[in-house]
Amino acid sequence: MKDFKAQIRKRKRWDAIFALCGLVALMIGVLTFVALFLDMAIDGAGRLSWEFFTNFPSRRPGQAGILSAWVGSTLVMLTTAFFAVPLGVATGVYLEEYAAKNWITDVIEINITNLAGVPSIVYGLLALGLFVYQFGLGQSILTAGLTLALLILPVVIVATREAIRSIPQAIREGSYALGATQWQTVRYHILPYSSAGILTGVIIGMARAIGETAPIITIGALTFIAFLPPAPVQAEPPFLSFDWLMSPFTVMPIQMFNWTSRPEAAFHANAAAAGFVLVIMTLAMNGLAIWLRYRLRRNIKW
Amino acid sequence: MSAPETHMSEMLVTKAESRKLSFYYGDFRALKDITMPVHERKVTALIGPSGCGKSTFLRCFNRMHDLYPGNRYEGEIVLQPDNTNLLASGVDPIEVRMRIGMVFQKPNPFPKTVFENVAYGLRVRGEGSRRRLEEKVETALQDAALWNEVKDRLHQPAYNLSGGQQQRLCIARALATDPELLLFDEPTSALDPIATASIEELMHDLKERVTILIVTHNMQQAARVSDFTAYMYLGDLIEFGVTDELFIKPKMKQTEDYITGRFG
Repeated sequence: MKDFKAQIRKRKRWDAIFALCGLVALMIGVLTFVALFLDMAIDGAGRLSWEFFTNFPSRRPGQAGILSAWVGSTLVMLTTAFFAVPLGVATGVYLEEYAAKNWITDVIEINITNLAGVPSIVYGLLALGLFVYQFGLGQSILTAGLTLALLILPVVIVATREAIRSIPQAIREGSYALGATQWQTVRYHILPYSSAGILTGVIIGMARAIGETAPIITIGALTFIAFLPPAPVQAEPPFLSFDWLMSPFTVMPIQMFNWTSRPEAAFHANAAAAGFVLVIMTLAMNGLAIWLRYRLRRNIKW
Repeated sequence: MSAPETHMSEMLVTKAESRKLSFYYGDFRALKDITMPVHERKVTALIGPSGCGKSTFLRCFNRMHDLYPGNRYEGEIVLQPDNTNLLASGVDPIEVRMRIGMVFQKPNPFPKTVFENVAYGLRVRGEGSRRRLEEKVETALQDAALWNEVKDRLHQPAYNLSGGQQQRLCIARALATDPELLLFDEPTSALDPIATASIEELMHDLKERVTILIVTHNMQQAARVSDFTAYMYLGDLIEFGVTDELFIKPKMKQTEDYITGRFG
């Protein structure tokens, strides 16, 4: 009996040692983030006001705001989602449900995974050559949206495939056994049951895209912009306008980059405030992803 | 014992017949020249040890193997009365599955409501009339002896039902489209004895109107529910016959060894 106790105590010591190591590793990450975030929040807190969101950038730091930046970021994100979601979801569904399982599919799969690791500046250079010059889309919101859509496409595809793979084969067999076609099985089962996972992937991709700076600078976004793109909704017919797609723009990270490169300390406070807003936007998107996943999965069990 | 048998054989009509059916998973020959009938409005049971090919055989009847690459059929399964070879290359597996229903080993209700589960087969056939859907769903649930238990929660998720109820829901789902032949792949192996008894009782009632082919690993179940039994071993059909005869006086030594528990 006594032997056991001594031996257990000895073995349990390693439990405690590992738990401590794990805790230290966790805290290094968490505390670093908290410190950075708090530092930024404190630096920028003085600048956060209603005017900060409704003012255009200005030569006077006290009057400068992020109106053109957050509107630009929002419009670019909408464009990105518009292109990345249908393309990515259709690709993922095709690869999982339709494509023959052969070496060509394997090669495509490996390449998609690799694309997720390509540096974003490379996407920027591709977009500069293809969208800006070849297609003549200019330095516009459309170009930026397409570029970021390409950037997050691998993320959306991989998330879609993983969500689809988690659907039990018994569900597919149940559907086919009742005489359903492949499309009916996709439409009534595969897409609804994988939507939570797909949405999570899309939002994580978007959260990455909203912070991207390099490819947006490469395609020539402006760093100082004191006007808004044309409004998408208009008073006279046809009421909807897509002129904003071709408008020059700036985005949040570029606005921050611009402010940090100025010598005046007051602009650095502006950059910190904008950074704080950007982090909150990203956290909000991730929060939305978690909430949507919870909502959509609540009714799906197998 | 012999009187009901002769009575039975007088009115036998063949619903389906497997003729020299072989099946290959890639190069592996899982079924070898199986020839046997499935009689109309009777329950035919497939028994045999694990890996004997009984589920593989069952899944040939609704071309389930077509969902996976590398599978190949040889021979025929002929469905009556129209004498259609289900395995012919010109026959669309979807058409086959519209005529032949299936109930799986583990209850697999869709993560939808009770109503939508039962209505699904009709919906994929393009039935849009709410009234007709409601009628069909009610009839199917009644036929599956589930109506009284679920009539007040038709629009609640199906996974709230118990395991036995879920399996009866899957039976109702298959019945809603009026199949000519119903395939059961070990339908009670995931259920408790009480739920099992209710499914067996249901099968007994169902054979008034639908032909049933059932795979079971449980010999007592085969003896209880079936009119005909086929014993399979390693992809061969060893013996096919009237259930009572096969269990009491098997013709083959192998069958006898299996049913008396000396083997398998």
